[in-house]
Amino acid sequence: MLNYNDILADKVKNIKPSGIRKFFDILDEMKDIISLTVGQPDFVTPWHIREAGIESLEKGKTYYTSNSGSLELREEISRYLYRRFNLNYSAKDEIIVTVGGSEAIDIAIRALVNPGDEVIIPVPSFVCYEPMVSLAGGKAVMVATKEKDKFKLTAAALQAAITPKTKLLVLPYPNNPTGAIMTAEDLEAIASVLRHTNIMVLADEIYAELTYGRKHVSIATLDGMRERTIIASGFSKAYAMTGWRLGYTLAPREISQQMLKIHQFAIMCAPTTSQYAAIEAMREGDEDIANMRDEYNRRRRYIVNSLKGIGLDCFEPEGAFYVFPNIGGFGMNSDTFCERLLYEEGVAIVPGTAFGECGEGFARISYAYSVSHIALALDKIEKFLAKVKAER
Amino acid sequence: MKNLLQLIENDSKLTAEQLAVMLDTDVEEVKESIKAFEDQGIILAYKTIIDWDKTDREYVTALIELKVAPQRDKGFERIAEKIYNYPEVQSVYLMSGSYDLAVMLEGHTMREVAYFVAKKLAPLESIVSTATHFVLRKYKDEGVIFENIEVDERGNCL
Repeated sequence: MLNYNDILADKVKNIKPSGIRKFFDILDEMKDIISLTVGQPDFVTPWHIREAGIESLEKGKTYYTSNSGSLELREEISRYLYRRFNLNYSAKDEIIVTVGGSEAIDIAIRALVNPGDEVIIPVPSFVCYEPMVSLAGGKAVMVATKEKDKFKLTAAALQAAITPKTKLLVLPYPNNPTGAIMTAEDLEAIASVLRHTNIMVLADEIYAELTYGRKHVSIATLDGMRERTIIASGFSKAYAMTGWRLGYTLAPREISQQMLKIHQFAIMCAPTTSQYAAIEAMREGDEDIANMRDEYNRRRRYIVNSLKGIGLDCFEPEGAFYVFPNIGGFGMNSDTFCERLLYEEGVAIVPGTAFGECGEGFARISYAYSVSHIALALDKIEKFLAKVKAER
Repeated sequence: MKNLLQLIENDSKLTAEQLAVMLDTDVEEVKESIKAFEDQGIILAYKTIIDWDKTDREYVTALIELKVAPQRDKGFERIAEKIYNYPEVQSVYLMSGSYDLAVMLEGHTMREVAYFVAKKLAPLESIVSTATHFVLRKYKDEGVIFENIEVDERGNCL
């Protein structure tokens, strides 16, 4: 019998298995659960976009595109970014179409991080940055964001985490799981810390279209920041296209050239069918986004209001489709709270600790569900809270 | 308040409290708006969409095309009124194109519908001709897809 432990790569073995997997496995086996755990839209990709994908198959467009994605799509992405976010990226050599935002994050980190480099990651945040950094031989430096700061990264916290080894700052806003955003002023404070350094920014802007009340601002639009920023974004959240696996990187030419080497050898090119669907999304999808955003916003208001009504404190999220209520006042940790809620009331929410230790005391609730589904879940959460309070 | 109408058009079970929060307004305003919409006849009824095919109820739906000779001064109004007053009649539309009135009709059997057309509709004065089409299957009605049993197949990815 082979001893795989001797065979497998240390870097991979050293990645901590995701704790939340266990919770999801339990969840998958239980019946009649009311889940608020899902991190993807409940909308189906708009029909005209699906149709464009189908039509490309009917026409036999089943070949590879160029490594960085079809020029037609890159041109549409370039136009869209200018139209929506005032960003200027050349279709020719500054945009790479990737397999989802996840690959965009991966190639950005791999292109920048040398062994020993430090990467600053605000937490709670999406779970992929740390393992990607450690696979690249870098060291993840977590910076806890606070509820009192609305889970924004502050200039002071950033400054305190910077060392001579700092290579990169990950800027994941609008944020999963907190729903926090960074305004132009918030970003300016971060930019003023970075401008006179060689530290790069990886802005994960996958939720850029889903902000409520004010438009997303990209740090790359601030003075002097474009040259030190890589943006990772994609189609999944804005167009309800998670399963199509399509994203992109935006970066100055010199960086894009290097990222493209990783992409072309590891991936070849993003799926062609998805690229054709995405062209349609870019050309005719602005209204779809607006409609979905309006619907998320209504649910957001409803869920925040209802959570407060049943006695769960919740800072008001302004982006993505999550709320991150404070569940710390019930005499149990987040894992126990979520497990008991699941077993006793059949409602699933994600413990904040799934997104970093500083998520202790919080839970992520997704509102990518219908209002009636959310209402049903909230009734049960209210019942659970009453029971927990009675116990104490 | 267009948003309010669109919301309750899709889900009339939303309460005034829920609507107020979703639309960032207060409950009283929602209640007053709904009352005003009802008074002005903008909101006409609150109904439920039922897939009767999944029940054991025997019924048949027909679309009847009517060609009508319009009456002096009254146009199509008088004949439309005569038709829509029959409780069997679900809807009556004035159409452009090759016929004038489209009538949706529900009956227990095809025979019953045919009888209604022959005995009630066709003899009405000013009806020039009728063409009856039976609905074989409803795929989508009122924006709702039938046979659509919603199962959440989304994977749990963070």
